[in-house]
Amino acid sequence: MSDYNFAYLDEQTKRMIRRAILKGIAIPGYQVPFASREMPMPYGWGTGGVQVSAACLTPDDSFKVIDQGADDTTNAVSIRKFFEHTAGVATTEHTVDATVIQTRHRIPEEPLTEDQILVYQVPIPEPLRFLEPRETETRKMHALEEYGLMHVKLYEDIARHGNIATAYAYPVKVEDRYVMDPSPIPKFDNPKLEMAAIQLFGAGREQRIYAIPPYTKVVSLDFEDHPFDPSKADHPCDLCGAEHTYLDEVIIDDEGGRMFVCSDTDYCSKRQADGHRGRLSPIEEAAE
Amino acid sequence: MDIQSLSGGFENAPVQSAHAFRTALNVLSRPGTIMELRGANAPAPVSEAAATLLLTLCDPETPLYLADTHDTKEVRDWIAFHIGAPLVGRAHAHFALGTWEALSPINTFPIGTPEYPDRSTTLIAELDELNEHGASLTGPGIKDRAHLGLPEIDAFQMNACLFPLGLDFYFTAGTRVAALPRSTKVEAD
Repeated sequence: MSDYNFAYLDEQTKRMIRRAILKGIAIPGYQVPFASREMPMPYGWGTGGVQVSAACLTPDDSFKVIDQGADDTTNAVSIRKFFEHTAGVATTEHTVDATVIQTRHRIPEEPLTEDQILVYQVPIPEPLRFLEPRETETRKMHALEEYGLMHVKLYEDIARHGNIATAYAYPVKVEDRYVMDPSPIPKFDNPKLEMAAIQLFGAGREQRIYAIPPYTKVVSLDFEDHPFDPSKADHPCDLCGAEHTYLDEVIIDDEGGRMFVCSDTDYCSKRQADGHRGRLSPIEEAAE
Repeated sequence: MDIQSLSGGFENAPVQSAHAFRTALNVLSRPGTIMELRGANAPAPVSEAAATLLLTLCDPETPLYLADTHDTKEVRDWIAFHIGAPLVGRAHAHFALGTWEALSPINTFPIGTPEYPDRSTTLIAELDELNEHGASLTGPGIKDRAHLGLPEIDAFQMNACLFPLGLDFYFTAGTRVAALPRSTKVEAD
């Protein structure tokens, strides 16, 4: 603990990141450039999210990290350990107990409250990047609010597949102004982007921070005759029976057997503790 | 430089600035919310909330404009010792500090460019008092409607029209702070 400054980064770096976060809040959906630092983990492992979390954490916080909804995967475990070590903050796996939640590619199923901050790890912050590789051009397109190209992409999806085939990182328009990449969350999570908590997005390699303040209008792009559909696998969870959660498909044998389970492990185990059961729940001994 | 300039900083900078930032983040994310902000003490007339904001957000990389009311030798010395921000004119300021009257007219501050709307000034306006009655606020961060006593209305309506360009405001009075980002729509109540 004494080997590091609180939360790893030096104070001047944190001030720089904090200023970028505040600009992001003031201009919802706009990608604020910041001087991303090298972190003791590779790019792609959440360096942007880690820097944003480091700038936000106080010693009083309770910190949760999820990777695709799970608290117990490598990425989540190592980032949680990193902040236990460098900030000495309390950590939790329970969504309701957390004040700062860093996430990779999911929004927790439990609705978040005004007292929480959700920090997203973002690989490619620019929603137009795969359509226009030049930063000078995409910047101009945002400045001119020229988003026709994005609608063309969605239209081509419909022309080719009959529906909008984009299933994750589904583009949204924030407060009727900026088109924004919500990070690679499944489109199932898009409706939750309008929430009571503060949402911060950090892209370390691409050196961008952006934000959505609470209760901000966030609209998934669509067409009148092809409205946005936050689809999910047509199954209940095989462990807790939930029919309203986002599911992971897990292959369980060599013969095509599979199960569907909640991707949000905390939510699933909480439901199981409350007595909900699914198709593949372990058979319990009947109480004598 | 006298002894007063050397005191009044954070005792535990990483922890106090982390708490202060969370307050700054919360009030900006929820326009109309008033919170307590303590920790730093600068020479008069700088309020405790404004001094804490400066210490949390400013450093040698952020040119600062001091309006006439706050441009005293004592304040300059305190900023030189604790923050090191270069003191500049309005046209180059990332942050500006003063009473609302002294900061006006606010259309002399940079509002950013269409490509980089973040290259604008954040104003820290010292008010006599802060209260949750007055102008009606709507926009991002506000569930239905919020209220905040603002020194005037027109200037903030003009500023909101510039969105996504424009200025962002912190209002301070004693140990209390509130904020108004450019995204907030202001109406007289």
